[in-house]
Amino acid sequence: MIEIINLQKDFGEKKVLKKVNLKIEEGKVTCILGGSGSGKSTLIKCLIRLEDPTDGKIIVNGKDISRLKSEIKMAAIRRHFGYLFQEGALFDSMTVGENVTFGLKYLTNVPESDYPKIIKEKLALVGLTEDVAKLNPSELSGGMKKRVSLARVLAVNPKVILYDEPTTGLDPIMSDIISDLILDLKAKLGVTSVVITHDMHSAFKIADYIAFLYEGQILLYGTPEEFRKTDNPYVKQFVAGSSHGPIQMKLMKD
Amino acid sequence: MLLLAVRFEFKQAVEQSVTIGVESFGVTALTSFFTGMVLALQAGNTIDSIFGDPIFVGTIVTFSLIRELGPVLTSVVVSGRAGAAVTAQIGTMAVTEQIDALYTLGTNPIRYLVIPRMVGFVFTMPILTLFSNLFGVLGGYFVAVYALGVPGEIYMTDITSFMGAKDFMHGFIKSFAFAFMVGTVCCYKGISTRGGAEGVGKSTTGAVVTTMPF
Repeated sequence: MIEIINLQKDFGEKKVLKKVNLKIEEGKVTCILGGSGSGKSTLIKCLIRLEDPTDGKIIVNGKDISRLKSEIKMAAIRRHFGYLFQEGALFDSMTVGENVTFGLKYLTNVPESDYPKIIKEKLALVGLTEDVAKLNPSELSGGMKKRVSLARVLAVNPKVILYDEPTTGLDPIMSDIISDLILDLKAKLGVTSVVITHDMHSAFKIADYIAFLYEGQILLYGTPEEFRKTDNPYVKQFVAGSSHGPIQMKLMKD
Repeated sequence: MLLLAVRFEFKQAVEQSVTIGVESFGVTALTSFFTGMVLALQAGNTIDSIFGDPIFVGTIVTFSLIRELGPVLTSVVVSGRAGAAVTAQIGTMAVTEQIDALYTLGTNPIRYLVIPRMVGFVFTMPILTLFSNLFGVLGGYFVAVYALGVPGEIYMTDITSFMGAKDFMHGFIKSFAFAFMVGTVCCYKGISTRGGAEGVGKSTTGAVVTTMPF
C-alpha cells in the first residue's frame, strides 16, 4: 500500500501541493481528478521521485521514500512502479519493439532471446499485433503510442501503474478502449492503478476510489457513488463540467 | 541485478563516437584545409614583401595550426555540428518526458545519455584535431608550392626543423580539454531544457554560444 502524508511541493514561490493526504489501496484503481494546473501530475511524479517533495512523507511498503538520496535505492523502489506518460514518452530513436523491451535490460535478468516472445505477448495485451514492433514511434497514431507505451510499462511486470491522463487527446472510442484496458489489467494481473484524469466518463467507469484535487489539496476522497451524491459545490461543478460555479468564481477573484 | 545499474554503456559510447566523428569530419577537414591555405598565402605574401622571399611559410602554418588553430577550429566545428545535435536531441527528450521515462525504466540519463556522449567527444575530438592539422598543413602546402613557388622539400623541412613533440603535445592536450568542455556544456544544456520546442531552440543556440568564447 502507498500512503501520502502531508505532502507539499513548492516550485519557487508557487505552492503546487499543500499538505496532500491520500491512501492508495492495493489492487484497486484510484483516480485523481482535478483541473489543469491543479497539481495532479506533480503529485504522481513525487510518488516515484521524478520530482522531489518539499515536505511530507510518501510511505511505500512501510518505508518513507520521500527523503531517499541514493539513486540505487530509488531505482529499486521505482522497479515496482510503471509510469504511463501523457504523450507516451516513447524513445523516438528506437523501434516499438526496442521500446517495449527497454526496461527488461535494466530491471530484469530476462535473456535477450526471450525478447521477441515478450514483445508479442505485451503488444497483444494492449490489443496490438507484433507487426507494429518494427515501426518507429513517429509512424504511430496517438492511441497506438499510448498503447505501446503501456506495453513498455507492462513488460517489466510492475505492481503499481501510474497513468498520467491516459485518455487525453484520444477520440471517445479509443478513450473507452484505454479505460477497458486499465480494468482488464486490474482483473488479469491484479495491479494497483493510480489514474490521473479529467475525463469524468472514464473516471466513473474505472475507479474504485476517486480523489478530487483542487488548488493543491484533496477536497474529496471516496467511491464513484459518493462523488455522484456529494454536495461539495466544487466537486459537483467539476463532475457536471459546468463553467458556472465556485471554481469559475475563484478564478475570477484571482 | 542492481549491479547492472552501474554498468558502462559501451555500445552507446561506440555509436556516439562514430556519429560525432563522422558528422564532423568533412566540415573540420574542409575548414582546416582552407584555413591552412589562407595562412600560407597571408604569411607568404607578408614575408615576401619584407624579405623578398617567402621563407618559413611551412613553419608559420604548422605552428599556428598545431599549437592553436587546430584544436580551436575543431572544437568550433564540432560544437556547431555534433554538439548542437547532441543538445537538440537530449533537449527534445527532456521536453517530451523521455528523460523521466529513462528513470522509470531503471536507468539513469547521466549514465545512458551523457557519459556515452562525453566519451564520444573526448575520444573523437583529439583525432579530429589531428586530421584538422593534417589538412591545414596540406592546404598550406598547396598554396606555398603552387602559388608562392616555395619548393615542397623546403616547406616540409621548415616544419620538421622547428617543430618538436612539445609543440604537438601542447595542441593535443588542448583538444582533450576542449572536448571535455564542449561535451559538458552541450549535454548540460540538453538535460536542463524546459519549455517545449522554443526551449530546445534556446538550449541548442545557448550550447553553441557558450562553447564559442572558450
